[in-house]
Amino acid sequence: MNRYFWILGGFAALVALLAVGLGLNPRDVPSPLVGKPAPAFNLAVLASPEKTLGPKDMQGKVWLLNVWASWCVSCRAEHPVLVEFSKKVDVPLLGLNYKEVRGDGEFDMSKMPVDEEKKLAFQRANKWLADHGNPYSLTLMDLDGRVGIDYGVYGVPETYVIDKAGIIRMKHTGPISPEILGKKIMPLLAELNK
Amino acid sequence: MMLRALIFALFFASTAAIASSTTEAALASDPVAEKRLQALSEELRCLVCQNQTIADSNAELAQDLRREIRGMIKEGKSDKEIVDFMVVRYGDFVLYRPPVKGITLLLWGGPIALMIFGLFALQRYLRQRATRISAADQPLSADEASRAEALLKELNPK
Repeated sequence: MNRYFWILGGFAALVALLAVGLGLNPRDVPSPLVGKPAPAFNLAVLASPEKTLGPKDMQGKVWLLNVWASWCVSCRAEHPVLVEFSKKVDVPLLGLNYKEVRGDGEFDMSKMPVDEEKKLAFQRANKWLADHGNPYSLTLMDLDGRVGIDYGVYGVPETYVIDKAGIIRMKHTGPISPEILGKKIMPLLAELNK
Repeated sequence: MMLRALIFALFFASTAAIASSTTEAALASDPVAEKRLQALSEELRCLVCQNQTIADSNAELAQDLRREIRGMIKEGKSDKEIVDFMVVRYGDFVLYRPPVKGITLLLWGGPIALMIFGLFALQRYLRQRATRISAADQPLSADEASRAEALLKELNPK
């Protein structure tokens, strides 16, 4: 009796451990960037390519940075949520277009000159926003993905909440659902904007 | 049939490997730097396909990160600086050998703790078993001996 109790107890503990472990999302890697200053960059603006913009231009504002690309399938899923958000909420939402051309895999990058890549990237990004609606205050073009690396991007879409001091307060990997927006992002924005 | 499929699969796997090595070959001109890159990227996890190293993975991100590491080697950065670059961006999770600290204690200590627990349990079990056997291993008393004899006789009467 006593022995069975121990065996069963051990087994139950193991099942509980595995249940918790398997319930975790292995993609949900905690970002070490939360609580740190948003990495600096200076990227061309999609709507006016001669201009550049970086996080320091957003100092004093609470803002969102959403990483997207036209080849990213999950971005399409989250897009309506962002469009809805931009209509209702007065928080700047900046897009970071991540490797628009070279991320696609359709192109042989060894044969494409940089100028042509740039032209194509702007064309494609503009078309995608025209087709699906543009929720972004503006979009910044990260053609080679270097800024993405600085932000620890590994699965587009990703979204960052950055506070008035330029500190990253939250990172979400994967598409934003209305639930995540309502339960996590909106309360955080309200708190930061106090 | 199976064999043919296997040969086919192997053929494709090998051509894919050749293709990826030729596209990167242009960048890999310095054998010393390449060796360092290889050693470093075997220690780093690719976040896209999480159970592969940056050295093994052919994911876009792994290629980009190899490019970054190459750049840093060229700039004369030390191995530690390069690993720190990765950890700052992706956290301890990129390291195949994460540092020992509070949150990774169970990871590092767990197997040892489990082994010690197992050894104790084994020792306890063996000791109990020994006492059980020695308790059961008494010679029969005169009474029991006569009963056993009677039973045996009953079974095969002469």
